[in-house]
Amino acid sequence: MSTIERIQAGLEGVTFKVVPSREGMTTIEVSITDAKETIRRLRDACGFETNTFVTAVDRHPREPRYELAWQFLSYRHNDRVRVHAAVRGDAPAAPTIIDLFPGAAYSERECFDMFGIVFEGHAGLKRLLMPEDYDHFPLRKDFPHQGIEPDRLYREWDRRRRERSPIAEESES
Amino acid sequence: MTQAHLGHAHDRAKEPLQTFEFTPGEIDRDDPLHGELMSLNMGPQHPATHGVLRIKVVLDGETMKYVEPVVGYLHRGKEKTCETLGWRKFFVHTDRLDYLQPLMNNCAYAMSLESLGVIQVPERGQQIRVLLMELSRIMAHLIYLGTTAIDLGAITMFFFTFNEREKIYSLLDAYTGHRMNNTYVRIGGVYADLDERVAREARKWCEQFPAKIDEFEKMLTGNRIWYDRNRDIGVLSIAQCKAWSLTGPNLRASGLEWDLRKNQPYSGYENYQFEIPIGAKGDCYDRYAVRIEEMRQSVRICMQVLDALEKTRGGEFIAQDRRYVLPPKDLVHNSMEELIHQFKIVTDMALPKGAAYHAVESSKGELGFYVVSDGTSHPVRCHIRAPGLMNVQAIPVLMDDRLFSDTVSIIGSLDFVMGEVDR
Repeated sequence: MSTIERIQAGLEGVTFKVVPSREGMTTIEVSITDAKETIRRLRDACGFETNTFVTAVDRHPREPRYELAWQFLSYRHNDRVRVHAAVRGDAPAAPTIIDLFPGAAYSERECFDMFGIVFEGHAGLKRLLMPEDYDHFPLRKDFPHQGIEPDRLYREWDRRRRERSPIAEESES
Repeated sequence: MTQAHLGHAHDRAKEPLQTFEFTPGEIDRDDPLHGELMSLNMGPQHPATHGVLRIKVVLDGETMKYVEPVVGYLHRGKEKTCETLGWRKFFVHTDRLDYLQPLMNNCAYAMSLESLGVIQVPERGQQIRVLLMELSRIMAHLIYLGTTAIDLGAITMFFFTFNEREKIYSLLDAYTGHRMNNTYVRIGGVYADLDERVAREARKWCEQFPAKIDEFEKMLTGNRIWYDRNRDIGVLSIAQCKAWSLTGPNLRASGLEWDLRKNQPYSGYENYQFEIPIGAKGDCYDRYAVRIEEMRQSVRICMQVLDALEKTRGGEFIAQDRRYVLPPKDLVHNSMEELIHQFKIVTDMALPKGAAYHAVESSKGELGFYVVSDGTSHPVRCHIRAPGLMNVQAIPVLMDDRLFSDTVSIIGSLDFVMGEVDR
């Protein structure tokens, strides 16, 4: 049984679309409301045992803006599947899959950190790579590569630095 | 060991611990042996964390009740940089991901672009890549071995392994002109052909290396201290590995025979004879044993590649595809078309529209690049699937209710590099 046949059998009742991929990996597209159920079926009925990554693609200024991508690997059948779902740009949210795949926890945190997509139901959802009190989401297309300098966080750091050493302030003024 | 005493359990009990990975159980405060929790901060400047990893630990006596890794101290925004620089120029940055095996990262990135553009790499190019990847794997495993051993007190091991690493550096220096951060892999193949003399030197090195592995094993395998500090510490089952997305030697040590080189071969790995070592228990000792055996298998592959390279001598080492591959310099200077190709590739080399993922078996696990193109010279997205991040994620799973002194062997045996974790 080929990968796509196995998926079609396992995902009976879920509407999904097979989309082409350049490297020939089985890729399906579902709506964000069906995503959790699809992933559950992929794990339980299709034998995809491990989550490889969770990430997003920003299609700014197109709407729906974000394209979430989950990728799974089956050791038993030696194949992979990628699941896409579109997420709208205003208050982006997606269901978490850490109850199915605990290993997706850091990937989801990273995705939240970089794109601001909230994974609903993720108990430890906080920033992974950026400072915890950072204001922006760096991998969004409207975030400039050089960063945003007059930022609340930088101002806060600057204030703390000045508080620590009054000499620095004097010499600057 | 630097230990910052941050506060007592009574202060900390008021604010809920930010638990996600695991929750500290109920503490009986009247029990004289338990009672007071202590928060410790390990890192980010701790020698045993192998980089800038910070681990928050809550201790009950010497038992760890809560562990939380904090990453991001080496975050340089590589994925954003890739979107800004474009496809070609990002090669230099892939070196700085897992800086112990730059050529492996180069190869992984190149292969993902090749699967996006559907580019065939000539046989000799693939063979050279396999040689580079296997040398990289040995280099990374040597670092694992040296640093983990020095953390557990075996300082001599560090010098032994670094001696060998130095020899591989010399080989790579002779071939690529750099010791570190080589950036020698290109879309469609490698930058230059492997010189005969380098191949001879590589063969010489491969011939003497198995004896060195025996020497390492003499130092550690039967060593009482090494055995006691690693055996039954940090046990991972296959099911745990699957759930926590662990791949590579960590997965194999738990007993699952899974290696992308065998199961989903790339770069012609199917042409070489080698075995996949697996462990039985999935503890720190098995992870050590698996890596030792992997080095032996890597040398075996290297020898076969060197034999194969003899047969393809003088062959193409890079695809002659002028959409993606720079023309040779002498042609650029003498031909108008080639000059135009050179100009087009340097200024805007576009890859076809679509998405692709390609993974290689790196020394840490499955290293993959998920690349999305809109048909222009700059990627829409380049996601780096870093195996090290998953290894860091597993730290709390392994440290649950273990003694604090086990952190060092667990961190060492999981094997990650912060450059790759933080990107």
